[in-house]
Amino acid sequence: MAIDKNEPSKLRWGELEEDDDLDFLLPPKEVVGPDENGIKKVIEYKFNDEGNKVKITTTTRVRKLAKARLSKRALERRNWEKFGDAVREDVGSRLTMVSTEEILLERPRAPGTKQEEMKVAGDSLAQLSKGGAVLMVCRTCGKKGDHWTSKCPYKDLAAPVETFVEKPAASEASVAAPGAGKGAYVPPSMRAGAERTTGSDMRRRNDENSVRVTNLSEDTREPDLHELFRPFGAVTRVYVAMDQKTGTSRGFGFVNFVNREDAQRAINKLNGYGYDNLILRVEWATPRTN
Amino acid sequence: MRPILMKGHERPLTFLKYNRDGDLLFSCAKDHTPTVWFADNGERLGTYRGHNGAVWTCDVSRDSMRLLTGSADQTVKLWNVQTGTQLYTFTFGSPARSVEFAIGDELAVITTDPFMELTSAIHVKRIAKDPTEQIEESMLVIKGPQGRINRAVWGPLNRTIISAGEDAVIRIWDSETGKLLRESDKESGHKKTITSLTKSADGSHFLTGSLDKSAKLWDTRTLTLIKTYGTERPVNAVAMSPLLDHVVLGGGQDASAVTTTDHRAGKFEAKFYDKILQEEIGGVKGHFGPINALAFNPDGKSFSSGGEDGYVRLHHFDPDYFNIKI
Repeated sequence: MAIDKNEPSKLRWGELEEDDDLDFLLPPKEVVGPDENGIKKVIEYKFNDEGNKVKITTTTRVRKLAKARLSKRALERRNWEKFGDAVREDVGSRLTMVSTEEILLERPRAPGTKQEEMKVAGDSLAQLSKGGAVLMVCRTCGKKGDHWTSKCPYKDLAAPVETFVEKPAASEASVAAPGAGKGAYVPPSMRAGAERTTGSDMRRRNDENSVRVTNLSEDTREPDLHELFRPFGAVTRVYVAMDQKTGTSRGFGFVNFVNREDAQRAINKLNGYGYDNLILRVEWATPRTN
Repeated sequence: MRPILMKGHERPLTFLKYNRDGDLLFSCAKDHTPTVWFADNGERLGTYRGHNGAVWTCDVSRDSMRLLTGSADQTVKLWNVQTGTQLYTFTFGSPARSVEFAIGDELAVITTDPFMELTSAIHVKRIAKDPTEQIEESMLVIKGPQGRINRAVWGPLNRTIISAGEDAVIRIWDSETGKLLRESDKESGHKKTITSLTKSADGSHFLTGSLDKSAKLWDTRTLTLIKTYGTERPVNAVAMSPLLDHVVLGGGQDASAVTTTDHRAGKFEAKFYDKILQEEIGGVKGHFGPINALAFNPDGKSFSSGGEDGYVRLHHFDPDYFNIKI
């Protein structure tokens, strides 16, 4: 039985028993070919420095950029020399980049679903920021101004699927509140009938990148959240809901990121993270905004 | 899909054109320098230096050897595609807005803007095979339409010229005599400036896009209105897929921003419609500014869009694009 002996001879003689089993031979390299997502796995077996058998799985994503079935003339053109401003091919110029975002051909949605929900969330958040009087907040569905957690109509759900039945009421409340905010100053951009263009654009855009964190401990405050989420990217705003009477946190808060990707990473990493004796729940502030 | 972003232009894009084989993409922008890219991976091949004004339009000959560009510096230049050298310059009294090679590449139709006392005009020039024999004079000059003529193209067999512009009327002219043959119906036609026009692959119908937030599909021979596609935004650019029955519209600012839709950066989208059913199939977001140029690769498997943001985005379709059903 010819045994391949290129392994390093660090094995102690006592372990040479493996000679008899075929364990001494490494299993062959496996290639799990590109599946429909283009994911290819190469599974190799090696001996590491301590002489233990290790399995190394390399997962790569095979992407075919474009099927270049070029005509003969096109192939010739491929070899043309660069001219004009392209002569000095600065490798660092990076004029041509593949987008980091996956862009889809988005099918049209029925009006009155996603778009309006986002508006409501934005307005409610704005309300919160002005420290409006008694805001009923429900932890289950995260909606503000409607019902307490115990009275949540969506008790059984972790988060509501569609909330646009409630929307008309909520949106009225949120639109009315800025005006009737008991003498609270309403900036011109927030007043009823105001032309909200870039001002609200900026905030809207930010509120798209809003992350809701629930199951916070009582002592958690804004700086804590800021510290916790800062590693993922620039944070424009943190808010922790406080109980006015006791001065403790009500267990949830919001973090607004500048970039959506940072927000997504934060959600991925921190959801389920143990923080100050409680397991955090981190998700998008509105049902998955697309 | 992962679009390829090409930022070769410092100023807004004005026009995009693929060559016949679909391996080169020519982009024109307000920055005076038309650029050519490889259409598969977006790598830049070269730039054509020489214009002194915004380049509004371009067209490439069928053998991809010659490029015609029209610019606001009142010239139309003929270039060697491969080396980037200028072969000839036609001078006009006003900015050139649209150029197109005829079938056979021996003629070209050029439109010029109204400027001071000059009215807008459509010129037909003969393009000699040998640039040294090129003559400056036009074979035919058509004057007539009021306002800017944004686009003029050749009709089937080069017998007619189709023009569309600021006065929202599409006109068909005889290419030899310059006589007006047909005009689009005012009632059913566009109501505002027609910004763009693109022909189908076989030339039997063409699509116009207008600032009146609609695009219309017309028959080339009879100029009857076949279809209308409505959007919420003024249409700056239109394109038709040569492979499937899709039309794509690219546009501009929301004039009415009352209902705020999502405000992420990158929300300007190219909208896809089913050509026959007139229904929206979907949108491809990503541009940071209004889309000014759209072009489909002749193989129908990719398309590119150019925006006010100076980016050209080249999209290769995912396999499921070809299976879209309404």
